[in-house]
Amino acid sequence: MVEELLCKATKQAEVAEALYLESTELPISFEANRIKSINARESSGMALRIVKNGRIGLGYSTKLGAPGDLDALVASAVESAQFGAQARFTLPDTYTTNGVEIFDPAVAALTLDELVALGTEALDALRGHDREFLCDVGATKRISRVRLLNSNGGGSDYRKSVVSLGASINLTRGEDLLDVWHYALSCRADADPQAVAQRIIQRVEAARSTAEVSTKHMPVLFTPQGLGSTLMLPLRQAFSGKTVLEGASPLSDKLGERVFDEKLSVYDDGTLAHAVGSAPTDDEGIPLRRTPLIEDGLVRTFIYDLQTAGLAGAEPTGNGERSPASLPAPGYHNVVVAPGDGGSLEEMIGGVDEGIVVEYTMGASMGNLFSGDFSGNVHLGYKIENGKLAGRVKDTMVAGNSYAALKNIAAIGSEPEWVGGSFYAPPILVADLSVSTRG
Amino acid sequence: MRERIEEALKKHTADYVEIRIEETQSTNVTYRGQDLEEVGTTTQLGGSVRAAVNGGWGFVSFNRVADLRDKVSQAVSQARLVGSEKTELADVPPVEDVSQRMSMRRDPGDVPLEEKKRLMDSYVEEIWRTPKIQTSNVGYGDGYRKQYIGNSTGTYIEQERGRVYARFGVVARENGNVQQARAGFASSEDYGVVEGRHADVREAAAKAVAMLDAQPPKGGEFMVILDSTLAGVFAHEAFGHLSEADHVYENEKLKEIMVLGRAFGGTFLNITDSGQVPGLTGSFAYDDEGVPTGKQYLIREGELVGRLHSRETAGKMNEAPTGNARAESYRTPPLVRMRNTAIEPGETPLEEMLAAVKDGVYCKNWYGGQTSMEMFTFSCMEAYAIRDGKLAEPLRGVNLSGNVFTTLENIVAVGDDFAWDPAGGTCGKGGQSAPVGDGSPHVLISKCLVGGQ
Repeated sequence: MVEELLCKATKQAEVAEALYLESTELPISFEANRIKSINARESSGMALRIVKNGRIGLGYSTKLGAPGDLDALVASAVESAQFGAQARFTLPDTYTTNGVEIFDPAVAALTLDELVALGTEALDALRGHDREFLCDVGATKRISRVRLLNSNGGGSDYRKSVVSLGASINLTRGEDLLDVWHYALSCRADADPQAVAQRIIQRVEAARSTAEVSTKHMPVLFTPQGLGSTLMLPLRQAFSGKTVLEGASPLSDKLGERVFDEKLSVYDDGTLAHAVGSAPTDDEGIPLRRTPLIEDGLVRTFIYDLQTAGLAGAEPTGNGERSPASLPAPGYHNVVVAPGDGGSLEEMIGGVDEGIVVEYTMGASMGNLFSGDFSGNVHLGYKIENGKLAGRVKDTMVAGNSYAALKNIAAIGSEPEWVGGSFYAPPILVADLSVSTRG
Repeated sequence: MRERIEEALKKHTADYVEIRIEETQSTNVTYRGQDLEEVGTTTQLGGSVRAAVNGGWGFVSFNRVADLRDKVSQAVSQARLVGSEKTELADVPPVEDVSQRMSMRRDPGDVPLEEKKRLMDSYVEEIWRTPKIQTSNVGYGDGYRKQYIGNSTGTYIEQERGRVYARFGVVARENGNVQQARAGFASSEDYGVVEGRHADVREAAAKAVAMLDAQPPKGGEFMVILDSTLAGVFAHEAFGHLSEADHVYENEKLKEIMVLGRAFGGTFLNITDSGQVPGLTGSFAYDDEGVPTGKQYLIREGELVGRLHSRETAGKMNEAPTGNARAESYRTPPLVRMRNTAIEPGETPLEEMLAAVKDGVYCKNWYGGQTSMEMFTFSCMEAYAIRDGKLAEPLRGVNLSGNVFTTLENIVAVGDDFAWDPAGGTCGKGGQSAPVGDGSPHVLISKCLVGGQ
């Protein structure tokens, strides 16, 4: 079908690229301590990008069964090309079919019963710890197939397998609600229900009692999850080639300059085996690589898709990611923060007299990401008193500026961990941030 | 389609089966900065089958709309693997209605793409006439959706829905200080809602520039006034989500907190959720379980009087179904979702609210909001200090946060004005997004936590 679509499109356009996506997904969910539903999702769709008279046209359809459906898709791309942007790219002529390990036959072979067993084991571990837990658990396997082919003969063809296992608990005492969750994703069949349950139990136990904080500046220790939901968000936007091209990135003119603490190095790496953000190529057929974003505090590379790179006069970096109904745009694969010498999370906590640990924030993504200012409710966090956890902090906000915070890092932990399958980072201790609370 | 759906619904062995087939078409035009970035069209055809057996659910979705009988069997056998209790769904009289046509005063489908582009070009030019503009994000979109819904209770519905929107995001920059503002307009029934918006677009650009001179707030608890847009988000985030019965029906402790009849605020406080407000993108005749929508009071005169239900949560809680089961698309099973949520008008003029504030913050418009049930947070697009009853300097990066229960009690006045957010909203839950409406008058809150630096 890809070849047929490409053949039809090249009759009407100078350049054409067909992208076929197919996936089957088997999500199983447990709600309120028992299995609740089994879902099966099959989807298939075809995206077409063309260049006609120098302009980009685009169409996407999941209606592919009837005669004439492909012609209709070509016609819609041709119509949109009348008004589309000027093309500033050349599609690759290399065809890539293998590379990084992202398909595990053991995932494909996972049965419904085995998925149910994974979820049941996580549920039993949580309920075995505390009968008061109200648990939701989800286990999903997903097999996807990507076929990309362009009129230069370039493209890619690969399969990816993903297993995800996640759980959340609710503990309600009076009007005090505690929600704690954890989830893990991998391309391999290595989901560990005990490990998922243990991470949740650790967090719940740290949050059993409530501690008092006062409104003032203090050290704030971000766990990998806290880091991802707070300080990293403005950086994700600032390193996107699109933001840079518009001049809206505060880093636009800072390539090669030391903007961050020299302890900080961050990479985008699409070549990590078994990581869900990895693939042989991006969605434009460019082989994936490991791209330094920040090295020793220096701004190294912004990420680009082909068109954005063409407009910016920059090198493409293999970051052309697309939701099929839209054009490719700069997107990250796996964001990796290099570990430091700060020791384990416990050791980092041990070094703080008075401060807070931030596990999840709520609302920090809603602020002004361009400026780096953030202000988030500490959805789950703990007070540190004399080097020890002293209970959950509630009704508390943490605020600051990501750039200022990451310029003056007190310590970067030595033990990175995966957050959601495509962010790998250690904890980071910031010496001085504003913490606000009631009263 | 009706024959195929009704045929597939025959002779199953489940407690309940539902089939949804959907055809959609959408067009979008986006600009980055002054340049047109993308014009695209999307065509979708897909469907799903959902089945309940002994309280367990099976769900199958697909793009190849064929062999519906097999999909029913698959969903039923999945549900059978799960079910171990009793399926309890609220009784809903069967509906036969194939007349729900899209009622567009002006149908975007009749407007040539070239005219849409020319209109959006003119807005982009308008934005860029303002000095200190660094970049802008402008987007136009329209969509058409036709649904075929049939279920084993004898319901069969054909329902069309339309949607058109324009969104403007503006970024201003001066000496490394970057600020943003936005405006948006959406309608389910009139292309005209995106026309003639030049003054609104100019105002958004001017606001982004004005925020360059704003200072971050100091953190702590303050008296705050929310404008109608932000107060509408507050109603959605702070109370609407808590009213979604899927959070409550299996949580005995939350049931105690959310017991009907409980006082949640002053007698001047009324909060509603309606699927029937003309023109809003959160309105529709039937939800994705084929249940007719209506207007549901959540809080009436300060007292909890109702909540939002699917067939299942209504059945399990022995309350009346409300038509709040919504699915993002054929690919997903319905969840209990809000439609158009509002705080109803009260009696206090804005001037009186301002006069009551010695040291506080006037918060307008929003970027986003989130809730964890008991805690909520949202970010203001525009904010001003209030001193001795008068508006003072602009503030930037104001995020408000608080405990839902105490903050509702802390609402001390509800304004005599009212507006729906013209941009319409998009709500995310369980990985699905859905268009919603939020509306309110101004409200005065005696104590609210402001995040500061």
